[in-house]
Amino acid sequence: MPEKNAVEMRGVTKRYPRVLACDGVDLSIRQGEIHAIIGENGAGKSTLMKILYGMVRPDEGSITLNGKSLTGHSASDSIRLGLGMVHQHFMLIDPFTVAENVVLGIEPVRAGLFIDGRTARERVERLSSEYGLALAPDERIENLSVGLEQRAEIVKVLYRGADILILDEPTGVLTPQEVTELFVVLRALRESGRTIIFITHKLNEVIELADRVTVMRDGRVTGVVSAAETTPAELARMMVGRDVLLRVERREATPGEAVLVVNKLSAVGRKGTHVLDHVSLKIRSGEILGIAGVHGNGQTELVDAITGLHATSSGNVTLSGTDITNLRPRTIRDLGVAHVPEDRLERGLVPEFTVAENLLLGHHHRAGYSKRGLIDVAKMEEHARELIVEHDLRPADSSISASHLSGGNQQKLIVAREFDGAPALLIASQPTRGVDIGAIEFVHTNILKMRDAGAAVLLVSAELSEIMTLSDRIAVMYGGRIVQEFEGGTVSEEELGRYMTGAAGAEAAVEAEGTAEATGAAGGTA
Amino acid sequence: MFELVVLDSALRMATPLILASLGGLFSERSGVVNIALEGILLTGAFASILATYYTGDPWVGVAAGIFAGILVSLIHAAVTVIFKADQIVSGVAINLLAAGATQFLTWITWGSSSNSPPVVGMAPWSLPEAWGPVARGINVVIGHYPPLVYVALVAVAAAHVVLWHTPFGLRLRATGEHPGAVDAIGVSVRKMRFAGILLSGALAGLGGAFLALNTHQFVKNMSAGRGYIALAAMIFGKWNPVGAALACLLFGYAEAVQMGLQGQQVPSQFVQMIPYVLTMVALVGVIGRTRPPAALGKPY
Repeated sequence: MPEKNAVEMRGVTKRYPRVLACDGVDLSIRQGEIHAIIGENGAGKSTLMKILYGMVRPDEGSITLNGKSLTGHSASDSIRLGLGMVHQHFMLIDPFTVAENVVLGIEPVRAGLFIDGRTARERVERLSSEYGLALAPDERIENLSVGLEQRAEIVKVLYRGADILILDEPTGVLTPQEVTELFVVLRALRESGRTIIFITHKLNEVIELADRVTVMRDGRVTGVVSAAETTPAELARMMVGRDVLLRVERREATPGEAVLVVNKLSAVGRKGTHVLDHVSLKIRSGEILGIAGVHGNGQTELVDAITGLHATSSGNVTLSGTDITNLRPRTIRDLGVAHVPEDRLERGLVPEFTVAENLLLGHHHRAGYSKRGLIDVAKMEEHARELIVEHDLRPADSSISASHLSGGNQQKLIVAREFDGAPALLIASQPTRGVDIGAIEFVHTNILKMRDAGAAVLLVSAELSEIMTLSDRIAVMYGGRIVQEFEGGTVSEEELGRYMTGAAGAEAAVEAEGTAEATGAAGGTA
Repeated sequence: MFELVVLDSALRMATPLILASLGGLFSERSGVVNIALEGILLTGAFASILATYYTGDPWVGVAAGIFAGILVSLIHAAVTVIFKADQIVSGVAINLLAAGATQFLTWITWGSSSNSPPVVGMAPWSLPEAWGPVARGINVVIGHYPPLVYVALVAVAAAHVVLWHTPFGLRLRATGEHPGAVDAIGVSVRKMRFAGILLSGALAGLGGAFLALNTHQFVKNMSAGRGYIALAAMIFGKWNPVGAALACLLFGYAEAVQMGLQGQQVPSQFVQMIPYVLTMVALVGVIGRTRPPAALGKPY
């Protein structure tokens, strides 16, 4: 049987007012293969997929899907031809059940009028057991883990009869175990004859999972290779156009005095649950402590509690011997705490403000930048120019609004601002989320530079490779507690993963609770 | 306070509230705040009296009320769904427009700045006396109500079935929760929201028709905040048809009690505050967590 192409795109071009998103792109996806598409942010891979899916109209080029030539097609046309997309941000309705989400839009009906709940459940069960997805049809989405939500998305796509699945950055939110399980599912789907298009920027995953790889840069295809015959370094070079340090070089840490000491810190969340439960940690100057954990296990609250953004209920935080527990955020910043927040658009910058204004935020009240309550605009511009040059922000224009920068450059802006003025403690939360490898290299190099200059660094990241590359010590958070601490380089990703999901370390947690109670009792009798 | 007269009047008071709050429910479940219920009630009331005045048939009036409600809600739908304008601003504008327009039209139609002449109302539905003592018994207990009272009660059950057991309801609720997801599977968000808002207009227009036909005339501003109370009842009822209807009965009861209290020592204004106080209590979560549709108020 001759090899048939499931997808054939020829000379696809899409121009936007300021950029050429796709520039004569050719893409061939063979039937029954797992095909990875990699490229940095803005390389054009999302636009290309949106064109294929029918959400964006190309200016030029031809598209053939399962042998059918398409012109001016819509998303529902491509769904009908067997294309399905698992979006990066899940398209699920939280209060609905799995079954309701799956059948939405193509509901099985009885008596010509009512939703046939039983058939819906049966269909979900059958699809889920066929590929080992272990999904309960009646569970509500809001009660599922991210990994299970993703499975619900996959079943939703399969229910619609897709034989070509596009997965957009599917592993970004998963734990190592969930990634392994996802790969098993994807291989099973390939066995059943389905074609999988896998968009990612994680090179190791590409090598592990894909059959072939298409690499994109600046709207063009820079290479199509077989995954078995390539290396991460070669892929990175095709993606970036130069050699890239996939792992930054680091010297041994030379820790000094303790800078941050967190002592039995507890905090209560919105719903009255204990989001932080007797967390203790210590970071010395010239040392990086990495916090690994699945999102939502207290990392966000820990950072917020240290920076004064979340009130604590007991315990304390000291910075170089000064008690900073529950002080105002501005006071804490002025004492030498810099913070790269996890959500850059929410807390990192004001998107509508100019680059110069954003670079000044948080320093604006300090001597030299403002006089009698008025900002010294000339000083602000000078400050911005210096930082832009020093950190190679692009475009090098301090007067455009921050919303016009790429994600990578927004992150560089925040890093430039926060690292300015030699902070004693640097807190970096998800510092490379959604940025390209060029920017990752930049952020990592700068974090290490700060450490070597004597800063204490608290690094929180969902990206285990990042934690493992940078950290001198690694603490794992689970359920609002630190369940285990490791010296850097002494632990594998799999082992970290087991602690992150609570599979290991349960005894340690129980022990910690015992100690806490014991101290509480001792305090009572004293 | 629990005399049959009061309960009887409570059910009548609750009927326009029930119809309007079911209307609000369909709109809000699709993700569009419909504060225009007040204006739709008023317009429905006016249109039903106008049509009844000229035709002498209150059923034509009912149809006119529904039709007028749909027309007004069409404005709200166009402004909020097509032009993506702020839903509250659009609703308030419609309410102001309805108050002015109905008063102006009352003036040019009947030459009065305050009310229409009386028209024929709807005869109450009851079983023929000839059917014997059982029929007479039924009439005493649950009879004597105008037909729209029964229509409202049936509409509550129908709304529940539509929202929770039909594909349309599932899609409508999905649109109110996560329009992006609805769009991604090829269901038109615009169509779903239009459907929700127009249903809202039809039901609130019907409520207005009952309000006016029950008093046999149109009086300026006769909706008197009932649109807002209906919206409050819907929130109090946690965006569920049965909950909303029970809240409407409670508020209708408060209104009936208040009428009975006139001239007594308790100022009636205090009783009038009850629905709003209860709604605020509900909003701060005293009666359990209330969760509005996640995409409520957000244009898509």
